[in-house]
Amino acid sequence: MNTATQMLNQPINLTISPRLAKNVRRNIKERIIEFILMLAALSAVATTLSIVAILLYESLSFFKTVSLVDFFTDTQWTPLFEDAHYGILPLVSGTLTTSAVALAVAIPIGTISAIYLSEFASHKTREIVKPLLELLVGVPTIVFGYFALLFLTPILQKIFPELPGFNMLSAGIVMGIMIVPYIASLAEDAMRAVPMSMREGSYAMGATRFQTATRVVTPAAISGIVAAYILGISRAVGETMVVAVAAGQQPIVSFNPMESAATITAYIVQVALGDLPHGSIGYQSIFAAGLVLMGITLCFNILGHLIRKKYREHY
Amino acid sequence: MQNTTSIIKAQSKNLDFFYSNGMQALKSVNMPLYENKITALIGPSGCGKSTFLRCFNRMHDLYPGNKYQGEIVMHPDNTNILEHGVDPIEVRMRISMVFQKPNPFPKSIYENVAYGLRVRGESNKRMLDDKVEEALKGAALWNEVKDRQQDLAFNLSGGQQQRLCIARALATDPEIMLFDEPTSALDPIATANIEELMSELKQKLTILVVTHNMQQAARVSDYTAYMYLGELMEYDDTNTIFTNPTRKETEDYITGKFG
Repeated sequence: MNTATQMLNQPINLTISPRLAKNVRRNIKERIIEFILMLAALSAVATTLSIVAILLYESLSFFKTVSLVDFFTDTQWTPLFEDAHYGILPLVSGTLTTSAVALAVAIPIGTISAIYLSEFASHKTREIVKPLLELLVGVPTIVFGYFALLFLTPILQKIFPELPGFNMLSAGIVMGIMIVPYIASLAEDAMRAVPMSMREGSYAMGATRFQTATRVVTPAAISGIVAAYILGISRAVGETMVVAVAAGQQPIVSFNPMESAATITAYIVQVALGDLPHGSIGYQSIFAAGLVLMGITLCFNILGHLIRKKYREHY
Repeated sequence: MQNTTSIIKAQSKNLDFFYSNGMQALKSVNMPLYENKITALIGPSGCGKSTFLRCFNRMHDLYPGNKYQGEIVMHPDNTNILEHGVDPIEVRMRISMVFQKPNPFPKSIYENVAYGLRVRGESNKRMLDDKVEEALKGAALWNEVKDRQQDLAFNLSGGQQQRLCIARALATDPEIMLFDEPTSALDPIATANIEELMSELKQKLTILVVTHNMQQAARVSDYTAYMYLGELMEYDDTNTIFTNPTRKETEDYITGKFG
């Protein structure tokens, strides 16, 4: 038996030595910092929650006058007329149609741009093109709106003489061009995050650049690419200026892009700019429309989240 | 050397290699690869073994600015595969590669193995089925995955993934197979499986393997090359290198005095 074993077996009187005791000052300081950080994080959540609360509150008074059934089935939206109808369908159809046209433009062009930038462009080209593409994001949307109305629509009218001056096609196409940089930039980031070893594996099998890009890199980056699409959809659904300027203000139920129609956002702008008395039914209708808009965006975001979860990166 | 009757499958002649930053990674390397033999490359980190291996399937072409000088002559074509007029894709179709870390594609097990055939334009279902089965059997993976070929390849274990990568490389009937430290990410059992597999594979093809593991080189290879600072220090049959190396540097490295 040596001394070490003896010490092991001896009973010990446990105390807290001052050198090991809790440092109160440091703990308080940490708590305060933690609290400030939490406040900052909460501010965003609180803002969102209060927006939802106000939307719900004002919509609630709206739905006291208008039944939910009318709201979702009536095919007329004329809240400011003598013979008022409150069917959201025309606005929803306008929103979905312009968004669909925009995505039909933005998804192919954005994806192809991303593939080119990530897999084909030389380092030098990418360094020049990507910032330029991102510069496009900075162009004010009202400029795009007038571009659609005064430049693209006249050109389209030469091809389709029937096309009205305000139409969803032109607004949708320009909105698509506007979204391309978002999708291209985000999708390119996702593709560049695919590890080089995976590309090397494909090249080592005798694959070409194009085969590697489409058969290996794109599937590997699919969750990021889908996220880029979802962001594009949210942008399209929520876009206001382009559609307000170029798509027209007539709320009609139509999925034909060659027609003129109002979107939810365009209606909100139109009404919000007018002089509606606070608390009137027209005023409240903005909030109901806003709530629907938020619902649509939320649906797409949830869908995007589910798709991302299903195809998450494995490397 | 014991095997004077062996046929040379490929050989490097005065091979220099320069990375895009100007660093010379290989200095006048002269080395044969004998047909149906395993040649191991050993040497400390940064000595140029992987660089040398990756010359054989023109992997360096993927990055701009890299430069080869000298020749890698492939037989029986008697063609310098580093020549400008040689298509790297054609080279890679005949010389396949297995990487250090298993790198399966984000596809099913089946599609991973069929990939090489698909990029060659093969779409005949029966033909693909046969080739995939043959390759999976060749890589000793068939029994484990035959009932779940449509599963995502990422669901396999690390050792299985590496065997899948070998199956993928096998499916196109390559003449030479390059292994770049194929077991460095695997546990001892998976490593033993891969080594056994390599010994079987050499009946059909020629193997060049880079390894950090001296025992591995001694176990699996027929010939061993010791490289240091971009130069081939010594090349001989594996027995000689490990029992009676000519150069002091080789002996120091093998016995662990250096490296």
